[in-house]
Amino acid sequence: MSERPFTDLSYREYLSEEKLMGSRCINCGAIFVPPRPICIHCFGSDMAWEPMSGKGRLAAFTCISVGPPAMVAEGYTRDRPYCSGVVELKESVRVDARIEGVDTTRPETIRVGMPMTADFIHKDADGEVKTVLAFRPAG
Amino acid sequence: MKKRRKLGRGVAIVGAGMSKFGIFKEKNSKDLFAQAFSEMIASVDKGIDPGDIDALYLGNFSNDFFVHQAHWAPLIADLIGLTSKPATRTEGACASSALAFREGVFAIASGFYDIVLVGGVEEMSKRSTAEVAEGLALATVPYEGEVGFTFPGVFGAVATAYFAHYGATREHLMDITIKSHKNAVLNPKAQIPHSIRDIMAAKAARAEKKGSPVPSWADEKEFLSDPAANPPVAWPMHLFDCCPISDGASCMLLVGQELAGQFTDAPIHVAGIGQGSGSGFHGSRSLTSFDATRHAAQEAYGMSGLKPADIQFSEVHDCFSMAELVHIEDLGFFEPGKGYKAVAEGATVLDGPMPINTSGGLKCKGHPVGATGVSQLYEVWTQLRGAAGERQIPKKDLRIGAAHNLGGTGGTCTFTILERR
Repeated sequence: MSERPFTDLSYREYLSEEKLMGSRCINCGAIFVPPRPICIHCFGSDMAWEPMSGKGRLAAFTCISVGPPAMVAEGYTRDRPYCSGVVELKESVRVDARIEGVDTTRPETIRVGMPMTADFIHKDADGEVKTVLAFRPAG
Repeated sequence: MKKRRKLGRGVAIVGAGMSKFGIFKEKNSKDLFAQAFSEMIASVDKGIDPGDIDALYLGNFSNDFFVHQAHWAPLIADLIGLTSKPATRTEGACASSALAFREGVFAIASGFYDIVLVGGVEEMSKRSTAEVAEGLALATVPYEGEVGFTFPGVFGAVATAYFAHYGATREHLMDITIKSHKNAVLNPKAQIPHSIRDIMAAKAARAEKKGSPVPSWADEKEFLSDPAANPPVAWPMHLFDCCPISDGASCMLLVGQELAGQFTDAPIHVAGIGQGSGSGFHGSRSLTSFDATRHAAQEAYGMSGLKPADIQFSEVHDCFSMAELVHIEDLGFFEPGKGYKAVAEGATVLDGPMPINTSGGLKCKGHPVGATGVSQLYEVWTQLRGAAGERQIPKKDLRIGAAHNLGGTGGTCTFTILERR
């Protein structure tokens, strides 16, 4: 099997297969999620795919009451906010993700530092399935 | 390798103008720019023949989206009789006109031009709030947009990280909101020239008139804590943490420093100028800081030879209350994690030791995105010339002020230091 290119498209393809994948620089070992084709530390371009554990901690979050049209279409309103956040992975990289399994009407119960585990939201958008990275509280 | 940057030739500001900011359904971008331009011409103490202007740099983020018309630089050049001279549009999201200013400075510093007009314009109110939010979101980082982040959401997330890290709370952000509203009352160009107390009184009066139960709040913070009065937008960002949707225009006349005396005896000099870029959450060094701001500050301080303590006041890009807190730390006015305590002690109010956003900031002056950068510099210019009227900073020997402009979620930031010599 020929290796997938280190692109946003490949990243999303892996997400749709419920895999959180990054790229690892073969020269210096730096890891990037989403994958980068060029290492921003040593500027090497020899990369390998690196599976992530999907474990991490919540580094920042927000509960959004006034969302963009696409989120409103999914039923998210003032009475039903959704949570977006940043998760610091065990592998020491940060990813943006939807945060599921938390009480978005009581944001004060959501804590920065909470252990999180990866999840995947498969959305049907005009007959095409789109996968969005999500995390939920671990355990 | 750090290099001390400098301009090949000094640049001075000899005129400035801005339209009133607000919602103007009956005015288009040309009408707004004409207001700013007329005020600028009148502000040049010894006069300027507009025919002597060599070139225009115009910031505009997304009139393409907001009013379905792109390519604004020649349209504005035509409006002010500048054609067939060069007119160039700059785009850096909400920092678009700070980039125009920078291009104008470089064009003069290079020696190529002597007299350059820089400015910005944006016309946002013809679209619904949801459409404006969608238009602005074009400037987020795709990885953030894909998981539902909005602009208020990005700064909401920065706030939760900051709160967890440094122990600040929503109440500290309220100090910033209350201050911005107070300053805007004194700014005739401001979109929301009302203090929080004025707004509380107006709400109570409206309820009384309608015969509904009259709300009462002990003070501004109780009002801002009331979800009926101040609903969440992207927790912990609430309505009063967010800047409004605005229309407006701004412009400035830049000349080679050695020519300034032909136009005014009170030119304002460009002492330092800096710009930086940033990645977004996935690639930034910290969630409570913007790398682009820090880079811009380093360039501007380096060029000017000045330190943060030398800056006597500053406009900063407070698209959200939380943003102001991050910027005053990134710019070195306060140590990381200590900004909110300084704000609580009154350090940043109009008569405090380090006045921030004397104009009312984006929060209350308004934020027509493409016009904002130059409008911030307009405020600094006005203060340094002692022409700010009721909101004049009561400091003796006001000589050095600065402006910080941010585009996107920190993708483009600028920092500019102006000096009266």
